[in-house]
Amino acid sequence: MSRTLGGRIAVVLIGALIAMIASLGGALAQGTIKIMYTDPLSGPFAQVGDANLKQMQYILDFINAKGGALGRKFELVPFDNKSQPSDALLALKSATDQNMPFIMQCSGSNIAAALIEAVNKHNDRNPDNRIIYLNCGAVATELTNEQCSFWHFRFDANVAMKAEVMVRALPKTTTKVYLLNQDYLFGQSVQRDVKTFLGKVRPDVQVVGDELIPLGKVKDFAPYITKIKASGAQALLTGNWGPDMNLLIKAGIDAGVDLGYYTFYAHLAGGAVAIGPGGDGKVRAVQSFNENIAPEIGNAETEKWTKDFRDKFPFDFYSAGFRTIFEYVQLAVTKAGSMDVTKIAYAMEGLEHKDFLGYDSVMRKDDHQLISEYFVGVFKKGVKYDSEKTGLGWATEATILAKDLMQPTTCKMKRP
Amino acid sequence: MELIIVSLLNGLVYGMLLFMLASGLTLILSMMGVLNFAHASAYMLGAYFAFTISQHIGFWPALILAPVLCGLVGAGIEMFGLRRVHKNGHIAELLFTFGLALIIEKVVQMTWGLIPVPYRVPAGLDFTLFKIYGTNFPAYRAFMLLISALMFGAIWLGLTRTRIGLVIQAALTHPEMVGALGHNVPKVFTGVFAAGTALAGLAGVIGGNYQVTEPAMAFTMGPIVFVVVVFGGLGSLSGCFIASLLMGMIQTFAVVLDYSLADLLKHFDVVVTSTTPFHEVLLVPLSRIGALLPYILLVLILVFRPRGLMGTREA
Amino acid sequence: MTTQSLPRENVAANGGTDLMRRVLPWVIAVAVMLLVPWLFYNWNTGRHSGFVLTMMSEIGLMAIFALSFNMQMGQTGLLSFGHAILFGLGGYCTAHALNGVKAGTFWWPSELIPLIGGFGGLAFGIAFGWVATKQRATAFAMITMGLGELVAACALMFMGFFGGEGGISTDRVTNTSIFKLVYDLFGLDYRSLGINYSTPWQVYCLVVAWAVIATLLMRLQTQTPLGRIANATRDNFERVQFVGYDPARVRFYQFALSGFFAGIAGGLYCLVYEIITFDTVAAAKSATALLAAYIGGAGGFFGPILGTILVVLLQSGVSLLSNAWLLYVGVLFIVMVMYAPGGIIGIIAQHIPIVRIGRMSELIVPYIRVLLPGVLLVFGFVLLVELTSFTTIGAAQGKHFKIGIYVVDPNTFLPWTLGAAALVLGVVWLRLESRVFRRKWDALIEDAKAKGAML
Repeated sequence: MSRTLGGRIAVVLIGALIAMIASLGGALAQGTIKIMYTDPLSGPFAQVGDANLKQMQYILDFINAKGGALGRKFELVPFDNKSQPSDALLALKSATDQNMPFIMQCSGSNIAAALIEAVNKHNDRNPDNRIIYLNCGAVATELTNEQCSFWHFRFDANVAMKAEVMVRALPKTTTKVYLLNQDYLFGQSVQRDVKTFLGKVRPDVQVVGDELIPLGKVKDFAPYITKIKASGAQALLTGNWGPDMNLLIKAGIDAGVDLGYYTFYAHLAGGAVAIGPGGDGKVRAVQSFNENIAPEIGNAETEKWTKDFRDKFPFDFYSAGFRTIFEYVQLAVTKAGSMDVTKIAYAMEGLEHKDFLGYDSVMRKDDHQLISEYFVGVFKKGVKYDSEKTGLGWATEATILAKDLMQPTTCKMKRP
Repeated sequence: MELIIVSLLNGLVYGMLLFMLASGLTLILSMMGVLNFAHASAYMLGAYFAFTISQHIGFWPALILAPVLCGLVGAGIEMFGLRRVHKNGHIAELLFTFGLALIIEKVVQMTWGLIPVPYRVPAGLDFTLFKIYGTNFPAYRAFMLLISALMFGAIWLGLTRTRIGLVIQAALTHPEMVGALGHNVPKVFTGVFAAGTALAGLAGVIGGNYQVTEPAMAFTMGPIVFVVVVFGGLGSLSGCFIASLLMGMIQTFAVVLDYSLADLLKHFDVVVTSTTPFHEVLLVPLSRIGALLPYILLVLILVFRPRGLMGTREA
Repeated sequence: MTTQSLPRENVAANGGTDLMRRVLPWVIAVAVMLLVPWLFYNWNTGRHSGFVLTMMSEIGLMAIFALSFNMQMGQTGLLSFGHAILFGLGGYCTAHALNGVKAGTFWWPSELIPLIGGFGGLAFGIAFGWVATKQRATAFAMITMGLGELVAACALMFMGFFGGEGGISTDRVTNTSIFKLVYDLFGLDYRSLGINYSTPWQVYCLVVAWAVIATLLMRLQTQTPLGRIANATRDNFERVQFVGYDPARVRFYQFALSGFFAGIAGGLYCLVYEIITFDTVAAAKSATALLAAYIGGAGGFFGPILGTILVVLLQSGVSLLSNAWLLYVGVLFIVMVMYAPGGIIGIIAQHIPIVRIGRMSELIVPYIRVLLPGVLLVFGFVLLVELTSFTTIGAAQGKHFKIGIYVVDPNTFLPWTLGAAALVLGVVWLRLESRVFRRKWDALIEDAKAKGAML
């Protein structure tokens, strides 16, 4: 008797709650071009998704103010994936249920890998309900090489490209470097690609140390700093992010060792606070954007636009580069002339565009990788716009143009 | 030689930080049998309270006020929550603290935001004490050592020289008997829980600006503290002390040593190549898995010696 | 006492209706599971809602996972913090096998793919169980925590088996269905049947089938001698030793068997998502099983199923509405631990004596009287949490804080005072009503005791 009672109550529970959720799906505004955005919005990586969301919303407001595309405005639909691929796939299902043309994701190459596979299979099995995957930050090189897909468009430089920029940023006087990375696919790619480019571009540089650390587990980097110092390295090259990067740099600065830090992600949220004033002139990051580029090159319009963001929000506008993504989407939809996803995809590949900073960029047809300019920023005092109210900010030390970042690709794309 | 001395110092500092954090948990676990998942959350709260207090008043008041606040929070948790759950068994208590950890993390996120807060070493302590082989040894690390040594001394004296300390010692190993003898065990429990939480808070005040103060702090420091407590053994504070130093040293020295199982096999003339089965595992150098060694040790000690290094009771 | 005075179940006479009573709930449950997705069927486009089907598949496989966890916790008293490693490792084994089948290396029917996961889970269950079950209670919990951390770290480091960060992806459309075999035997054209598991609906049906089979097997296992002795070990392991059984051996067998079922769940995960990544062995997954089993009720057999439904809906559903969902999970958890340690099933079970004496209807009015302040309390609490979350973490749901069609501005005093007032009022009112409710409840229980209807 209890079993049927329990069973029946359970049934009512399911029914009520699912009804509530499903009704949510249909409650969104009609007539807009919807982009499903999925990233961790809760849990340990919530700051990433949350900051991205705010920046994207600001950018979309700007693009919608300029008219959107085909007379319709863009709308962002956030979906928390809690850093789990299964939830990201749920987001994809929700998006395809509502016939959304785009799904966007920035954080986590494991989630990106799951999405690419799922999007491919879905588009294969459902040719009348296709979807494009806009990749705004998952940088594993494989996604535009072995795993490349016609439906995937990547708008951030991949690991190989960033590694090349980092290697090119090394000063001529540096001859000994130490590599330290996180022990998983991304960190191992960084390790591999940095060594490859060192061999190609700077054969004079000697790699005196090459270390992998378990992801997110090391609390005390002092022993690593000791080891690095003992090796005689002049520069530390690392792809670390999050606490692994913050603690590493902090340990190095506290120990007072004479080291230059070359990173991928020091400019993201929390980095400036963690580095602090002690890092003046020591830390460099490979960036798609920093807030001081516009004043440096005299682009007043963009400078005003980023300044307005700063006035509104308490964190840096480090992802202003997302504007390029939405401008490409706007151009592609307009060029395709319809909301047919296959046509939009064909329109987007090969598209060329001058981005908001005034540099040339292209969405390469072979592998759907955006090739645009990239910068190396150095964290120091005396810049016009500081980071996270620390008094120090990012100054551009080097600018690598798109035409110098055309790396070969092994992608063999299958087109519908 | 340089490497060994510097590593010794680093291991000592890290070990003492672990001890500060684990001592409170040992007291709570030994006395009440409660595996307190919210202990690392108290560590996080201590750091955040200290940050806010030092912004308005200063670091030195924060050193005293923040642990007191954490202690009060701990007392509140024990009186209004844990005590009610106690009768439902150990699993229920554990799950209660687990839910508490989730809530505290979210509350911290909502109050102070998601990004790390700029909780810095106070200006008075921000200088280099001495240089050893060209590497700075910041005065703040010496301060950390000082505070943790003082803490150990205070707990030791408190437990062995005061009356209440003797009661607590007895309750560490024979809680039912202490109750039968007529002592107000619930009050002792509340006191110990509050004291343990306050100790974690103090560790947070000191450690928060050594590491980065962010909402994920508790989540990352949590497991290693459990390892230390269990390894040291229940009912023994000195076991906890030794275990903390041991874990600190092991993790520090493992980073410096690059040997792998393959190197060991080489001594027996077995060469590991990329076609050997399990070659990935055999070629892993010690430095790569340094942060995992505590867990391996945990599993080993629990299998072969479940009462830990110096434990007086079974877990 | 003679044999005649002991009541005997007259199986011969009542066999028919008894069997019906026992099978009926299962039939109803399966029917409901298969019918619910049709409520969300989009009649315009002729498509099922992929979102709903995926979520229900998730509920199905997580239910098996939670039940296997309960084999350890509820049945044997083993609290494991690393159960997800059996789930995930089973899934990885399945993924490799599925890729092998797709490549044509060997033939294996699609329907039996989760079985491979089961055997993988069993193998790892034996390996890890041998180490972990030497201890019990807290020591066991700590060992499983250590093992969990180790496996999770290894999943990132070793590319060969785990595929690193990107995991192992698979394709479930292998055209090796059992139905195809049967059709081929009879020389029929299999394409007319069209079962190749490319659509979410077909996968969902497979998940439902496996859920039923796994649940049935686990239910039967609780009634085997091993299952019974496992319960005894949970209650009093010393006495079990006196009776002549080795508690460590019993724990070991239970652990290994629970690994088998966790592996089946892992295999289903592989089929549903066509990818398996390191988060399936991480502590968060183990925590989900723990939450589901506990909230549903570890004491009863079907508790974890209810708990899974609730937890998955909370995780995937509420997170759409609010990013403070973790807080709600924590609060729900604490409330359950403090006031309802038996879980939802425990609450339901407490009502059975009252139902038996036929006085359940007398509780309706008291329940309504308690529910009203309860709703007010929840409303006030949720409002305050969302306001706080909104002001500090921010507008993750767009620019405005919306409740239905009302736009709420968190910068004014009104919503805050409203929320605080609702909260305080709710608490005070609830305390008053709960006293009345308590009296009514006690009276009913007294009556039930008097009439001998207690369990």
